[in-house]
Amino acid sequence: MAAPLWVATRKGLFRLSRNGSHWEIDRATLLGDPVSMVLVDRQGAVHAAQDLGHFGVKLKRSRDAGLSWEDRPAPIYPPKPDDEQDLDPTRGTPVPWSLKTVWSLETGHESHADELWCGTIPGGLFRSSDGGDHWSLIDSLWNHPSRKQWVGGGADFPGIHSILVDPRDADTVRIGVSCAGLWVSRDDAANWKCEGRGMRAAFMPPEQAYEPSVQDPHRIVQCPAAPDRIWIQHHNGIFRSDDAGESCEEIEAVEPSTFGFGVVVHPEDPDRAWFVPGIKDEARYPVDGAVVVTRTRDGGRSFETLRNGLPQAHAYDIVYRHALAIDLTGELLAFGSTTGNLWLSEDQGDHWQTLSTSLPPIYCLRFAN
Amino acid sequence: MPQIIFTPNLARHTQCPEQEFVAGNVAELLAKYFEEWPQVRGFVLDDQGHVRKHVKVLVDGHNMKDRARQSDPLGADSKVYMFQALSGG
Repeated sequence: MAAPLWVATRKGLFRLSRNGSHWEIDRATLLGDPVSMVLVDRQGAVHAAQDLGHFGVKLKRSRDAGLSWEDRPAPIYPPKPDDEQDLDPTRGTPVPWSLKTVWSLETGHESHADELWCGTIPGGLFRSSDGGDHWSLIDSLWNHPSRKQWVGGGADFPGIHSILVDPRDADTVRIGVSCAGLWVSRDDAANWKCEGRGMRAAFMPPEQAYEPSVQDPHRIVQCPAAPDRIWIQHHNGIFRSDDAGESCEEIEAVEPSTFGFGVVVHPEDPDRAWFVPGIKDEARYPVDGAVVVTRTRDGGRSFETLRNGLPQAHAYDIVYRHALAIDLTGELLAFGSTTGNLWLSEDQGDHWQTLSTSLPPIYCLRFAN
Repeated sequence: MPQIIFTPNLARHTQCPEQEFVAGNVAELLAKYFEEWPQVRGFVLDDQGHVRKHVKVLVDGHNMKDRARQSDPLGADSKVYMFQALSGG
């Protein structure tokens, strides 16, 4: 039975399920408010992060697949000392020590069933050991001297969009930061190091282009069955790592473009990865107005351009970094766009079906398996 | 006693009834309100205890001045309204 698909949007949260031969929306909940992130945890509870605008960011949890919700506390930043100098390095404006966006939610290691991780804007990483009842800021990262050099990517302040708990070791976690590159802790979040050597920032002067801490990885994913393989969709390219992020290799020969936000990797085969390209950072829509998915099945040596079932003219969709998803079987893929279009494939991308053309702008997709 | 009144739009998300408390300034009024309705705090104040950027506070018809510490004084019959600022959409 196909896993249901959760779709977090600007105006609520939706669930789609396979009903016989077709997929349909069978739940619409939290309607009217933006849901920036959704997660199904190891116990089956659904977590939704709402951005209420005027009234701040809230977290909700459902133990009945979205029929009812309980308010749970959102992560809270610590009091900012009066003498603290924490200024955005680009603009010189104060970094707010206050939650702006829940940008990532992930489960912990399988040995820690109730553990959750939360990445936020303006750059705080939080952990819960009780399924989201309480959150603690990872002080070691927030107080790292390099953190004050982080800058925003697509937002006024920096954010943590990718959290990778190493399936081989509960004490090892990697994060992706826009903009500060790839960071790793190998001692249960006590110490942090910036890695990702080899990433290239085309938006920096040549002498700083390969500095790991200035990179803007849009999304970082790790193959569960082969965790040394990491794929990165970066602001100006695609990168692959074969040593769990210590070093990266750029992959440039990808048509029609290497620009995009999302990437997913097959859960068993590290050589299979999928991307949804746009033209480039200054033209965020599909090349020639044709929505395509690019897929490699050989670790990036070659790519296929998949377009069967996708609109091929006058389509201006862009797909945010969390809005491309793959299920645990590696057969189901789905992606949703800022235009509110939602597509799904049941054969690893060879054929696509349109599930909706009228949803609100889509922020995040998750298969519930 | 000073009275505090919240936009009806906040009631979509949490209970926030009108209340009256003895208070010399807005901070005291909010502190007493949050003792009874603690869940409301995070909707109007940020993590540092400042009024959220897009929450508008009117004290007897005038914009509250001290949005960080809410030290604006209150009279015996003051009315404090907590609205959504249209700057926030």
